Amino acid sequence: MSTMTFGRAINAGLRRAMDNDPKVVLMGEDIGKLGGVFRITDGLQKDFGPHRVLDTPLAESGIMGTAVGLAYRGYRPVVEIQFDGFIYPAFDQIVCQVAKLHYRTKGAVKVPLTIRVPFGGGIGSPEHHSESPEAYFTHTSGLRVVSVSNPQDAYVMIQQAIASDDPVLYFEPKRRYHVKGEVDESVDLSSTSMNDARVVTEGSDVTLVTYGPLVPTARDAAIAASDDGISIEVIDLRSLAPIDFGTVEKSVRKTGRLVITHEAAQSGGLGAEIAASITERCFYHLEHAPVRVTGFDIPYPYSKVEFHHLPDLDRILDGVDRALGRPNSLSPHNGLEG
Amino acid sequence: MPSNDQTDATRDELIQLITPNGERRSNAAYDPWVADVDGAALQALYEDMVVIRRIDAEATALQRQGELALWPPLLGQEAAQIGSGRALREDDFVFSSYRENGVAYCRGVDLTDLLRVWRGNASSGWDPYAINMATPQVIIGAQTLHATGYAMGILTDGADSVAVTYFGDGATSQGDVNEAMVFAASYQAPVIFFCQNNQWAISEPVRLQAHVPIARRAPGFGIPSVRVDGNDVLACLAVTREALDRARTGGGPTFIEAVTYRMGPHTTADDPTRYRDANELEDWAAKDPIARLAGLLDSEGLLPAEVSDAVKATADEVAARLREGCISMPEPAALDVFKHVYSEPNSWLERQQDHYEQYLTSFGSSEEGGR
Repeated sequence: MSTMTFGRAINAGLRRAMDNDPKVVLMGEDIGKLGGVFRITDGLQKDFGPHRVLDTPLAESGIMGTAVGLAYRGYRPVVEIQFDGFIYPAFDQIVCQVAKLHYRTKGAVKVPLTIRVPFGGGIGSPEHHSESPEAYFTHTSGLRVVSVSNPQDAYVMIQQAIASDDPVLYFEPKRRYHVKGEVDESVDLSSTSMNDARVVTEGSDVTLVTYGPLVPTARDAAIAASDDGISIEVIDLRSLAPIDFGTVEKSVRKTGRLVITHEAAQSGGLGAEIAASITERCFYHLEHAPVRVTGFDIPYPYSKVEFHHLPDLDRILDGVDRALGRPNSLSPHNGLEG
Repeated sequence: MPSNDQTDATRDELIQLITPNGERRSNAAYDPWVADVDGAALQALYEDMVVIRRIDAEATALQRQGELALWPPLLGQEAAQIGSGRALREDDFVFSSYRENGVAYCRGVDLTDLLRVWRGNASSGWDPYAINMATPQVIIGAQTLHATGYAMGILTDGADSVAVTYFGDGATSQGDVNEAMVFAASYQAPVIFFCQNNQWAISEPVRLQAHVPIARRAPGFGIPSVRVDGNDVLACLAVTREALDRARTGGGPTFIEAVTYRMGPHTTADDPTRYRDANELEDWAAKDPIARLAGLLDSEGLLPAEVSDAVKATADEVAARLREGCISMPEPAALDVFKHVYSEPNSWLERQQDHYEQYLTSFGSSEEGGR
């Protein structure tokens, strides 16, 4: 066990994957000498050379398309998209090529790409630096999508994503990069699967489902709620496509109440998919309609008001109150109306 | 010799070794690249072009008869595809668009595999690694990046093979093609950009894509370029060999603009009479790639009746095999729709497949239910 930051844990995971497989190559803007704008690839070009850690021209579609070509040649590229909001020029290559090549060629061509995306808000950045675009990709067949919430998962799951023969989008909550945690580097990678959700805290009254940057917030909400005698079970999805609905279903059958929280906008988002799927699977166990606590259906706002947009502990607890039928922001005569 | 210092005038020069009248024209720079091409080799190129024109005509007929949903004819572009395709080595790798059936023929594609996509039986016809050619790319220009990435891999591997990407004049407006040239130049990747400028992108004339000869763009990226008469199979062979040699010996990428003409429609669903003049077609028919090689062969006594008859018989035999392969192609099974989406198990898809299987079974056998 060693203590390291979230960012350092990803770096250590990348290093181990590169040590284990000479076909693993990193590609991205500023990832070489600079080590990436978040320093996630710090020192890797120095140790592995410019052919394993490629500084690329500033063209996201170009990065993604050439990564596909390297995959054709038998390589296992790990692409860094510098910020979430910069992924869209690569969208065509991701959706039309990365996601579909295996299907198109009846399995002849594998695209074992890992696409690292620092995502989410809360860092006071200008436009295009704080987005949560995961639902575009969870809606695209052929892709796997994961999001990590702590250094241990970050370390393990980056290696599992790279080892996967399927393309994986790996969403990193950039506002947690400096959070420290214990990382067991001796862990056996095959002892866990990135497809499995994890119960973070057990509880019996409400199931609170989240992923990535909001996992610590949800855990804090569970601690705060316990002061009021409310027992929240927090689930970290880890995999967003496919979602481990079995774990969520098991929890909701116990609690009868479901709250989903994510930073991404609400409409057409993952919360809607989770609410629908869990309702289908355990309708008769639900005591209340599923509740979503999410970002608003707005472009990511300017930094001085971003805290209104981002679900925080109080908004999550308000959602928990709604699921429990306790007085909440939507109750009649709550003083907020009119 | 193309180089980064070339002037617009030399860059615009059309490399031609056989005139439209079928006369051999000498070219000090490019003659050495085809010095080994003797009479028998010329006859072989002639046969290739006749055969793929016959394949193209048969496939067009199969579409008209309802056996194919669609077909993208290559009529008029035989020299560009055979000339370049026959220059390649087995370990080179091709990334093409959907019109390069002539190149696929050179790579040794199974005839039936040419038709699978167009009959609606598959999303691609062949295993790319079996003939070192990716299956046709439909997104315009996307394959140029794949070729460049593949070439970057060749460099890292220390190999001397080459990635060759085919695309049209319309594709040169795409960001991907321009980004591919940036990457290819930056890493000096062994990749050839083979642009068949066939004058038309469906209904849009090339002047809507470019106001200067397309070949002039490449030097702006630091990539040497050459314009070649795309209806001259010998010239296409020569410029491709030169570019391959450059790539194999560490010289990096080359851009080739093969000036040719799409004599047919964009696809069998297109109607060119709505947008282009019949006179234009006549002008280009006079520069027909097969007729001009036939003229050269004839003038050298290399195309006696027994040779041309044998070529025609071969083409007819190939067409018959193509037709037989088409109509006897097995139908895909209902549950094939779920196959190969992922290479590892996926819980979402498994659930949907289980449900759909149950649904089909509710009609009786799952296979019958799927039709």
